[in-house]
Amino acid sequence: MDMSFTPEHLAFRDQVRAWIRSAMPPHIRAKADVDGAFEQGEVMEWHKLLFRKGWIAPHWPKEHGGPGLDATSRFILTEELELAGTPHLSPFGLSMVGPLLMQFGSDAQKKRFLPKILSGEEVWCQGYSEPNAGSDLASLKLRAEDDGKGHFVLNGQKTWTTYAQYADWIFCLARTDPGGRKQEGISFILVDMKTPGVTAKPFLTTGGTPAFSETFFENAVVPHENVVGPLNGGWTVAKALLGHERTVIAAVGQSARQLRRIKRIAADTLSNGKPLLDDPGFRAKIARLEVKFRAVQMANYRALASAQLGHAPGPEASILKIRGSEILQQSLELAMEIMGHDSLAWFNEPGVIPAPEQWVASAFNYTRATTIYGGTNEIQKNVIAKLILSLPSR
Amino acid sequence: MNFDLSQDQKLLVDTAAAFAKRESPIARLRSMREDPVGYSRGVWKQMGELGWLGILLPESLGGFGGGFQDAALILEKLGTTLVPEPYVASVILAGSTILALGTDEQRARWLQPLAAGDVTLALAYAERESRFNPAAIATVAQKSGAAYRLSGEKVFVLNGHAADALVVSARTSGSRGDRDGVSAFVLDAKTPGLSVRSIKTMDGHHAAMITLQDVEADASRLLGPAGGAGGALERAVDLGAAAACAEGVGIMQTVLAMTRDYLCTREQFGVKIGTFQALQHRCVDMFIETELARSASMWASIKADDADDVERKTAISAAKVQLATSGKFVTQQAIQLHGGIGVTDEHDVGLYFKRMHVLNTLFGDEEYHLTRFASLPSFRAGIDAIP
Ligand SMILES: Cc1cc2nc3c(=O)[nH]c(=O)nc-3n(C[C@H](O)[C@H](O)[C@H](O)COP(=O)(O)OP(=O)(O)OC[C@H]3O[C@@H](n4cnc5c(N)ncnc54)[C@H](O)[C@@H]3O)c2cc1C
Repeated sequence: MDMSFTPEHLAFRDQVRAWIRSAMPPHIRAKADVDGAFEQGEVMEWHKLLFRKGWIAPHWPKEHGGPGLDATSRFILTEELELAGTPHLSPFGLSMVGPLLMQFGSDAQKKRFLPKILSGEEVWCQGYSEPNAGSDLASLKLRAEDDGKGHFVLNGQKTWTTYAQYADWIFCLARTDPGGRKQEGISFILVDMKTPGVTAKPFLTTGGTPAFSETFFENAVVPHENVVGPLNGGWTVAKALLGHERTVIAAVGQSARQLRRIKRIAADTLSNGKPLLDDPGFRAKIARLEVKFRAVQMANYRALASAQLGHAPGPEASILKIRGSEILQQSLELAMEIMGHDSLAWFNEPGVIPAPEQWVASAFNYTRATTIYGGTNEIQKNVIAKLILSLPSR
Repeated sequence: MNFDLSQDQKLLVDTAAAFAKRESPIARLRSMREDPVGYSRGVWKQMGELGWLGILLPESLGGFGGGFQDAALILEKLGTTLVPEPYVASVILAGSTILALGTDEQRARWLQPLAAGDVTLALAYAERESRFNPAAIATVAQKSGAAYRLSGEKVFVLNGHAADALVVSARTSGSRGDRDGVSAFVLDAKTPGLSVRSIKTMDGHHAAMITLQDVEADASRLLGPAGGAGGALERAVDLGAAAACAEGVGIMQTVLAMTRDYLCTREQFGVKIGTFQALQHRCVDMFIETELARSASMWASIKADDADDVERKTAISAAKVQLATSGKFVTQQAIQLHGGIGVTDEHDVGLYFKRMHVLNTLFGDEEYHLTRFASLPSFRAGIDAIP
């Protein structure tokens, strides 16, 4: 067993760090420094810089425009981007529909969609959840009726559709056959957001930032060729996607950055003339969180090393989403506690509270979502109980 | 980065697993609890023949030329059936100290018979008021001519009741808490003035309370330079902590499997209790904690031999805190999910619970390692990246 990076990997890490330093535009760096929420325009500006560098899709195979990096280099690239606080790229094209098209799409679909996902010319969103189909996704009701003229006509509603308001395309699960078991009769359909009858109505999140929308479909006409995979076989396609999603959500790099922020704030916050970082009680709290984090980070390294060697994900991978999301939440909670009264401030002029604290309250609220999206942590536990522990079901 | 085991390591793991199952199933610990020694010389000899007792030693000393990682692999498997032989006391604590400090002669004299399974050893470092710090000792060694005279008390010396020889720490200069000035001596158990009171510990093992009254030790007994053993003792106790982590993973994995099986067989309300979601999620939490403790323990065993003290201490303290958190949770919930039967001495789950408590306490408890973790320079690394 060996935890060190090879000299080649260390050199790659230096190269990534140097590139981030020189490539990040000043206005993006300023926001990264305080871990502020990036505007859509800023995210896409960063997307295009990474695209030009060839690093936009580290996990894509070379034939589809990926950089052909090994698993460790991919990990290094992702971790360094997160540690530097760079804008989080939208995962819907790059990590979800992209890999899925590679697996299930026709050649024409791949050719039509993949290049524009890479370049950022087309922005995607994910239309799975509905008002009455969340964890129980298979009970979804968005109807897609064949008009007999080569089209489906879509009627119904999606919800919690992250960034639908900015998206050019949405990938949807829709019911193409209302009979049979609820997992049957579902198809995976790509819909142009400009299609007449498709509208997105954004919500404001508790973080005070725009994120997700309700997405409505009223007689939206979509050509048959936009179905990915077999007709009525969308459930299999959807399940493959959830696998792609989970590893992203462990957010180890983000938590590492949050821990540093906590220590920065604790070092700068004085109580009775002494930094809170030197207060035994607060130190112990921070240390306890860091220990939990290190264990998850180590589990993440294990998953990575195993991927590097081409093994299937082991049991350690399944715990990453659950504990990773909890630790990110706990790190924001602890930052809020250390901030004391400063944690009460809500979107004021700069200077009301110190700069490193500026975005903590918003993130503290928004990260409540990390244990909900991508399959709630309760659902993850159901999956582990069944698939890993083989516990009986009623 | 690679966490796969080598071919040799895989073989070691398989052998250790089979050995634990065949030679020392959990019933053996149960039956040894009332034995005054608590383990058997015959089994110890077998462990020597397998090469396990010399695992950390160079081949010139009859050893295996391995590293701490190899010892950790064995310990994890010994934990699955709570094998009572004094592996940690002899190999990890006393053995590593003699290896680190001893002259060639001293190493040959004590470690060769250890590797062969002919002797067992102990490290007497803990005292009533030292808590977990091996430098906070009151035992003194006073120079008298070419020899030293040792006086003081040592508590809860693992295998102290049966060891053939003991490594004893004593202060030759400096004051309580200083790492400098701590010396180590290796003494025969029968040395005049050294009195050993055997006591029982919760996990079914035995240990010793030891009194030293003007015990004479000549220069051949001093390990390393006078006053220069502090670092090696600190490291030996750290290895003990990393060993506890590895053994603890074996325990967690075992009680998790026991609990899972119970959920699949026990019925109440006309159904298997494993169909209740509250219990399924609890069992999943046990699984998660076990995997996290395993991850942390792997980190500790990889860093145990690191030349950089800070790297070693960071990983080991983190792993020991994780062991405490996970180990407590997993063994407590194992009892809870067994219901009443879990609280009987008859059921094995209680034996694992007890051993886990012992492991959590030995070599620095949660609080000790949390405080140490937060006071290392590594704790402040990276703050400057946030402007
Ligand atoms: C910030 C954010 C962004 C999102 N982005 C998208 C997106 O882009 N596209 C998209 O399609 N969806 C998105 N989602 C939706 C997300 O996938 C769902 O919120 C999630 O699957 C849960 O569904 P629900 O909200 O309907 O809650 P429900 O399923 O109603 O769950 C309510 C509670 O009941 C629990 N529960 C439900 N069933 C069980 C069970 N069987 N056992 C135990 N507990 C159970 C849940 O864990 C939860 O605590 C997003 C959600 C959030 C918060």
